[in-house]
Amino acid sequence: MIIGVPTERAPDEKRVALSPSSAAGAIKLGFTVNIEAGAGIAAGFSDREYQEHGAEVIGSVHEVYQTSDVILKIRPPLGPGAENEDELSLLRSGQTLVSLIGPGQNPDLLDTLAQKGINALAMDAVPRISRAQKLDTLSSMANVAGYRAVVEAANHFGRFFTGQVTAAGKVPPAKVLVIGAGVAGLAAIGAATAMGAVVRAFDTRPEVKEQVESMGAEFLMLDFEEEGAGQGGYAKIMSEAFIAAEMKLFEEQARDVDIIITTALIPGKPAPKLILADTARLMRPGSVVVDLAAEQGGNCELTRPGEVVTEDGITVIGFTDLTSRMAAQSSQLYGNNVVHLLTELCSEKDGKIKIDLEDEVIRGLTVVHLNEVLWPPPAPRLSAAPAQSSAAEQPKAKQEKNTKPTSALGNVLALAVVLGLILGVGAFAPKSFMGHFTVFVLSVFVGWQVIWNVTPALHTPLMSVTNAISGIIVVGALVQMSSGSGVVVALAAVALFVASINIFGGFWVTQRMLRMFRKES
Amino acid sequence: MMTQGLTSAVYIAASILFILSLGGLSHQESARRGNLFGIAGMAIAIFATLLGSTPTSFVLVLGVMAVGGAAGSTLAARVEMTAMPQLVAILHSFVGLAAVLVGFGSFLDPAAKFEGAEKVVHDIEIFLGVLIGAVTFTGSVAAFGKLQGILHSRPLMLAGRHLINLAIGLGCIWLGVLFVGADSPMSALWPLLIMTGLAFVFGLHMVLAIGGADMPVVISMLNSYSGWAAAATGFMLANDLLIVTGALVGSSGAILSYIMCRAMNRRFLSVILGGFGGESSTSGGSAIEGEAVAVSVDETVQLLSEARSVVIVPGYGMAVAHAQHPVSELVKVLKERGVDTRFAIHPVAGRMPGHMNVLLAEARVPYDAVLEMDEINSDLPDTDIVLVIGANDIVNPAAQDEPNSPIAGMPVLEVWKAQTTIILKRSMATGYAGVDNPLFYRDNSRMLFGDAKESISAVLSAL
Repeated sequence: MIIGVPTERAPDEKRVALSPSSAAGAIKLGFTVNIEAGAGIAAGFSDREYQEHGAEVIGSVHEVYQTSDVILKIRPPLGPGAENEDELSLLRSGQTLVSLIGPGQNPDLLDTLAQKGINALAMDAVPRISRAQKLDTLSSMANVAGYRAVVEAANHFGRFFTGQVTAAGKVPPAKVLVIGAGVAGLAAIGAATAMGAVVRAFDTRPEVKEQVESMGAEFLMLDFEEEGAGQGGYAKIMSEAFIAAEMKLFEEQARDVDIIITTALIPGKPAPKLILADTARLMRPGSVVVDLAAEQGGNCELTRPGEVVTEDGITVIGFTDLTSRMAAQSSQLYGNNVVHLLTELCSEKDGKIKIDLEDEVIRGLTVVHLNEVLWPPPAPRLSAAPAQSSAAEQPKAKQEKNTKPTSALGNVLALAVVLGLILGVGAFAPKSFMGHFTVFVLSVFVGWQVIWNVTPALHTPLMSVTNAISGIIVVGALVQMSSGSGVVVALAAVALFVASINIFGGFWVTQRMLRMFRKES
Repeated sequence: MMTQGLTSAVYIAASILFILSLGGLSHQESARRGNLFGIAGMAIAIFATLLGSTPTSFVLVLGVMAVGGAAGSTLAARVEMTAMPQLVAILHSFVGLAAVLVGFGSFLDPAAKFEGAEKVVHDIEIFLGVLIGAVTFTGSVAAFGKLQGILHSRPLMLAGRHLINLAIGLGCIWLGVLFVGADSPMSALWPLLIMTGLAFVFGLHMVLAIGGADMPVVISMLNSYSGWAAAATGFMLANDLLIVTGALVGSSGAILSYIMCRAMNRRFLSVILGGFGGESSTSGGSAIEGEAVAVSVDETVQLLSEARSVVIVPGYGMAVAHAQHPVSELVKVLKERGVDTRFAIHPVAGRMPGHMNVLLAEARVPYDAVLEMDEINSDLPDTDIVLVIGANDIVNPAAQDEPNSPIAGMPVLEVWKAQTTIILKRSMATGYAGVDNPLFYRDNSRMLFGDAKESISAVLSAL
């Protein structure tokens, strides 16, 4: 089968549906790739590069559409009256279109495609299940957008992100608030913390707290109980009381932070208005708001989609083409997603696609098939939420304690010397001594075994308790107190006195110390 | 009255209780129970001994014990935690003194009569017991004096000090031969007395030659000696309980000495020979480039309020400044703000093993926030702020980077790997080892000069 990749004709669109390396991936699956001349130029890929990776470069867009069985695009096809080209009219019956479609927002487009007999696979309708993550363009594009949002914010913010103590004086770090901790939000958190800002994040779904913290941001908690997770791992619309509490939080934060990045979207609905005009005006002059939801109407009331507006010294960035502003990277990721999709569609690797509606993933993203609109798909069987959180925390590899290698020979020698000494003592000493000597050697050995287990934190109590028990010398003094000699009794009395100090003092102070050791309650 | 067999049985029980007592210290949870085992063992041992022997006067025995016990209890109840090393040192000296006295008692006791090889062995036992006891006694007194500040903590460097030690050692051996070979008790007394005097001098001289920061080794070593002294007394009196206990304490002290030496990457012998770090040499190691950057309390507050993880490295300076309570408060405040705050303890921080742990416990820092060097070193690169309070050599990167440094090879806390290190210090003076610390000149290091207690209190009130 032939795959056609036309140039994107939507205004300000610099991306291309296949990068040269992903074109090579498609060719490996047995497909022929026809690419329109100059399709990758805006994204930084030359025709020559595509040719080197095995793709055919075709001069005219009409020829691309005519020869291809599968059309790969990014933007939905433009309809009649479009400035550059009526892409819809170029599509023909039996062709398969793979692109972003926005099936929820564009029911008319779906109807048209169905009438024309075109099979449409929507890259923005990939089900949110773990198996489909490699196809998920929304995630890969959101990742790019989140990163770019921070770059745009930095561009319009006249200060450092990172705090510094310099010879010229102290610079406080920028404070960034990220609203919505989806893929874009997490990418923004990552980029902003990497640049040294102090980052806080808010999300209606408390279960993302761990992910937010793993990226190095503080998760702002709302003192309010409501479950924010909707179907398929996305957020849902919240109750009025919740929204009121949320607004109060944003007002407090607006006074404090320098940059707000909003990423709140609810699938198939206009973006929720989270930063009201009055809230935005609470920010200090010079502050920046980046609205990633601008295309869906914006999270900020001041947002004008596609524009940068400055009001009362506050810059509000409403770019809708953040991914296009990093066209090379986005095209690369989009192309990879598409090749993963082609791999799913072409399990035989014979260069033919087969749309298997029994497959949950394929069913989910197939919006038009054999003259029939298949949107919306049945509810997914699994939620993606639990699967996602595990990616954030990697168990830290326990560092192995480095133990010094001791030479075996040295050990053997030491043992031999000790055994020799014991034998020497045994050869000359009287029998009564050997009994005590046995006890002594065994006790040293027991002590050696026991003491190594003592935790270093308790070494001071260990010393004081050994102080106390070495007061056992009192036993010797006590025995001598029964001596007939006055001198001996006098000496023993002094020994008894000091040993008693040891016993009482040692045990007492040990107890005192040990009482102080406490665990965190 | 108790029979010999019954007394022995009680002694076995006491030995087991003492072993359990030391075993209990392996965990904080079981430590207090362990101490109670120790008390129980001691109580039954004394009780059995009192019943088994017939003292001339029970009143005298109980009176002396009561006075001694009262003195010990008062001492234990009053002592400040910063003064724990002194207390431990003076308690060691008492064991040494008791060993000397009991040794003399055993020598003078007319009841003990031995013949032939047994007499020789018994004489050697007395001689060794008194020798070890005497060295322990004066050594501990000297350690106490240094720790208490009565004596200067700088090592005493007599000319030919090794020769002096050697002469004393040889003299003691010669006196030992005289003592064992003496044919009457009176002719044996003199060698014993002279040897005791020499041992006193030796103990004193040995500890005086060792500097302040080697005290952890000295105290552990004296701990060990006090145990061996008790064991030698046990041999002399043919008392197994004393032998067992002495051996336990002796090996405990030996292990602690070994751990301390390893933590400084030094040989036990070179510590004992003393003289380390006497002259403040900066020899060895290349010249340090860069400038130490001072910070104010305000800037420290700023840095701390932006940190997400903080590690505090306390050293002897914290104990000197009595700063543990404000430090504990600071930790509480930081924790309430959600800052991950922990302590990193180097094995030789302070003047005795475990010294810092006790100080922090006194200031009510939970022990699970106090980590050992091996546990925390791998976490330091991910740490935002490290606060070094009154520590120097244990955070010196020269130990790893400069093979010529006097402290090369000593395991250190790798605080320079953290994002920012703030060092609280009174001045730019070198640490005990007399080695300049390149840490102070690192780009990510900041110096907060002043008294640790005042600085921390100021930071605390500004937070």
